[in-house]
Amino acid sequence: MCALCGVLGGAEHWADAHARPGAFTRNTGPAERRRERARRVAEANRILAHVGLVLSDWRGTTFRLSTRTGKTELVGSLAHLWAAAERLTGRPLDPLDPVLLERMERPA
Amino acid sequence: MSAAPALTPVVLLTGFLGSGKTTLLARLLRDPALSDTAVLVNELGEIGLDHHLLERVDDEVVLLASGCLCCTIRGELAEAVRRLLSRRSRGEVAPFRRIVVESTGLADPLPVIATIAADPVLKHHVRMGAVIATVDAVNGRDQFARHPESVAQAAVADHLVLTKTDLASARETAAAIAALRALNPDAPLHRATDALDAPSLLGERTLLTGGFRCVPAPVGARPHGDAVASLSLVFDAVDWTVFGLWLSMLLHRHGGTILRVKGLLAVAGTDGPVAIHGVQHLVHVPQHLPAWPEGGDRRSRLVVITRGLAPHAIERSMTAFGLLPTAPAIAQGR
Repeated sequence: MCALCGVLGGAEHWADAHARPGAFTRNTGPAERRRERARRVAEANRILAHVGLVLSDWRGTTFRLSTRTGKTELVGSLAHLWAAAERLTGRPLDPLDPVLLERMERPA
Repeated sequence: MSAAPALTPVVLLTGFLGSGKTTLLARLLRDPALSDTAVLVNELGEIGLDHHLLERVDDEVVLLASGCLCCTIRGELAEAVRRLLSRRSRGEVAPFRRIVVESTGLADPLPVIATIAADPVLKHHVRMGAVIATVDAVNGRDQFARHPESVAQAAVADHLVLTKTDLASARETAAAIAALRALNPDAPLHRATDALDAPSLLGERTLLTGGFRCVPAPVGARPHGDAVASLSLVFDAVDWTVFGLWLSMLLHRHGGTILRVKGLLAVAGTDGPVAIHGVQHLVHVPQHLPAWPEGGDRRSRLVVITRGLAPHAIERSMTAFGLLPTAPAIAQGR
């Protein structure tokens, strides 16, 4: 259920589409799904690190998003990740923000 | 008559008030090949639609305070589609193979598309078909400047039908076409005065093919002030995971100002191109096309049409996320 609006069986996120004829998805089997979740956690953390957040997989069913002080939210999919990140940091998270982009471009 | 398809396509006919939607629909439905079409309309206009599968839908937009897209549900539309499907399964209506929804002229097309794509019941029975937008050659440009809904209607269309060209001067028609191309560079553009292939227009949503090209907006075509802009990029293979994170983040923050995202992606580690279609906050399920055209360009192509958002900011963001090389991709937009 979408926690924001209470609609049962919230919309499938396009990046997590179920395998069906013609659809492109990495959700084609348990191993492929686990691999994609791990990659997503790693890549999301490259972005979230710049705003002090850490994402981790929680039992392969949901994601746990935490601040450095331990404030945590569980998020089901990418559909809710960015809204949760904004709630935890208390500010908008904008992929066009020049400050964020400059930080991302600095060598690690 | 053949059996109903597993997922019945829902075609959306949109266009501003007086742009000729009902006239076009009446004409298309005269084609015998489309007799198995159910039609849902918001209002019964002066031009009678003589069709045996015609139902009226009352507007009911439910938008909860959160503004979450999945809550923007057109209750009456969803109910009308469910009722039609139910009557078909009971044999109370002819076994139609497609549904055409004619929206009101003032409607933003997104809630209709979102209802079809995301409704928890409907998504198992129907899928989005083509979006057809009628645009008046005489008044279209003026409507784009005054009514943001008309911009959204033209930008999301899979087919554009230019109407009233017989009433417009050659100059007005050329200006209307330039205005349309600035909003929607690549959708097939038909003139209502020409012969139209009705089954093709009311068919499936046109999937991007391997031959999809980024068509640059015409130089100087800025009929809506500087608010609407398009960006066309050609680049190498993308990392699907990073692309998914980036696009979902972009649409979360800026979905309201991104009228359309359309592209054909070369995905690293995947054979065949992946077609992406997005309308504001909503992205359709990506389609995996079987193969690139023989000898064709196998690079990714992405078109983004924005309203009030500088295209170069999107390109800069893609570069910082590692989706574009540091050297600029081939940017054809403005």
